[in-house]
Amino acid sequence: MGRGDTETRRGGRISPFTILAYVILTLWAVWALLPLFWMISTSFKEVRAAIKIPPEWIPADPTLINYERLFARAPAFRWFANSAIVAVAHTLSMLLFCSMAGYAFAKKEFPGKTAIFWTLLSTMMIPGMVLLVPLFLLVSKMGLMNNYGGLILPGLVGAFGVFLMKQFIGTLPNELLDAARIDGASEFGVYSRVILPLSKPALAVLGIFSFMGAWNDFLWPLLITQSKDMRTLAVGLATLQQESMTDFGLLMAGSTFAAVPMIIIFFAFQKHFLKGLTIGALKG
Amino acid sequence: MKRNSLINRIIRARWAYLFIAPAVLHFLVFNVYPIVSTVYLSFMRFNLQGNTFVGLQNYQIAMSDPIFWKSMANTALYAMVVVPVGIGIALFLSTLIFPLRASAQNFYKGAFYLPGIVSAVVVSMIWLWMFDSTHGLLNYLLSTVGLGPVTWLGESRTALPSLMFMAVAGGGGSAIILYLAAMGGIPPTLYEAARLDGASRWAEFRRITLPLLKPTTLYLAVMGTIGSFQVFTSIYMMTRGGPNYSTSTIVFSIYQTAFEFLKLGRASAMALILAVIIITISAIQFKWLGQEVEY
Repeated sequence: MGRGDTETRRGGRISPFTILAYVILTLWAVWALLPLFWMISTSFKEVRAAIKIPPEWIPADPTLINYERLFARAPAFRWFANSAIVAVAHTLSMLLFCSMAGYAFAKKEFPGKTAIFWTLLSTMMIPGMVLLVPLFLLVSKMGLMNNYGGLILPGLVGAFGVFLMKQFIGTLPNELLDAARIDGASEFGVYSRVILPLSKPALAVLGIFSFMGAWNDFLWPLLITQSKDMRTLAVGLATLQQESMTDFGLLMAGSTFAAVPMIIIFFAFQKHFLKGLTIGALKG
Repeated sequence: MKRNSLINRIIRARWAYLFIAPAVLHFLVFNVYPIVSTVYLSFMRFNLQGNTFVGLQNYQIAMSDPIFWKSMANTALYAMVVVPVGIGIALFLSTLIFPLRASAQNFYKGAFYLPGIVSAVVVSMIWLWMFDSTHGLLNYLLSTVGLGPVTWLGESRTALPSLMFMAVAGGGGSAIILYLAAMGGIPPTLYEAARLDGASRWAEFRRITLPLLKPTTLYLAVMGTIGSFQVFTSIYMMTRGGPNYSTSTIVFSIYQTAFEFLKLGRASAMALILAVIIITISAIQFKWLGQEVEY
């Protein structure tokens, strides 16, 4: 919808302007993807090959030694599992609670609705740093330091998710809800059998962004994990970096190990990623 | 009478309250309580014996600390460069992508967006490697055109610009996608009319595209500023604020104050100052860029 697509508007011939555009865009794409390429390339080189000048763009003698060292030195699979547990918990809980709240804010009338909704939304403007010290004290008082409870609890619901779901559910026709009620569906039935199936596009977007946010989160897990085996992948990598500053082969292997799941998810859900941004931002 | 009807309305809407209850409860515990608590803590000195009320002392100490001002200046400079340059590059690339055919558009969107999904920790590690002054890729690339070597993160003079360079080089993907969506929403008839009037491409861009993209630009400016004022991970991973505080940002300084020096009250005061700054800048941006965005 609404694409420019005027590339060939001058009688099917590609203009010099278009060729120039392709050249610039391709150069920028190469530049933008260079760090990821370099990360993967370095991760398959042994120490001397990694620091060679001029560099080998593609490892002449590829090796898995960095990955072997990574798994021997650090509980990388445990970190991976921790990240996955936190990310899955956040995703599922965001999908459930944000869609529930979004449904009520979009389709129901109740005293205090506007005030509650705008208070919720206004916290999106408050920098996370303002919450950090009290959250840290709260979580340690609750005895949740260095465990999954502390990692997971603060991120179970997000104002952005409620807003996104409210915006999307607001576009669903009321007639469908009324029809379900006439058929004798309970309030929960309307939500689970009408709202949820129809909200799949928004749920996909919310799910992807929740997962990505949790997988990549750094400051919070850095603060509340203390033992080596409770770290998430991002925090684990940071500590690995402090221990082996210039061992870039090892660090790039760790980075690749952390980045590959997100890259796979990106290619699997590319359409939702690209659409999702616009659902969240512009339908305000 | 009136009160009765309010209670009735609440009872009738009980399902709605049930549906919002988990989100609202979570919000009260993990958002409202911490905000209130930060304000309280900012007036307290925190130690083993308990909290003592110290009035505005935390604010005074923070404001008279040269490192606080240095961090503030670094953060402001970082945002003032990274946000406009980032938006400029995204706008430029979007105008190049927009006329292309759909498959090419999707290819470039994917290519530009992909680097943005990788975590800041990973990005920081890669750039530490690329910035490495003896074996790094960037100095090698510079040497092939007879330039450098540059010390990048190793020197006060170049460290902050290096971090800005990294921020601008990697990002842009989501801004490009938003711009392209907004460009798709501009009625083509406007361009047709302009072309009939003999307008140049540049005039089309200045008079039609740019003004109609203003809501997107506003959104990107506000979100970009909020993000830039909270840059933390790259500082923590790459420079620890150094050398000589040249890359200390406000959020990094708050982190150090709270969790390395354990001055929780002062850190809370600093966080609130940051919040006020961010909200003020957002309000100014809304006022400044938000005029005449309706069309």
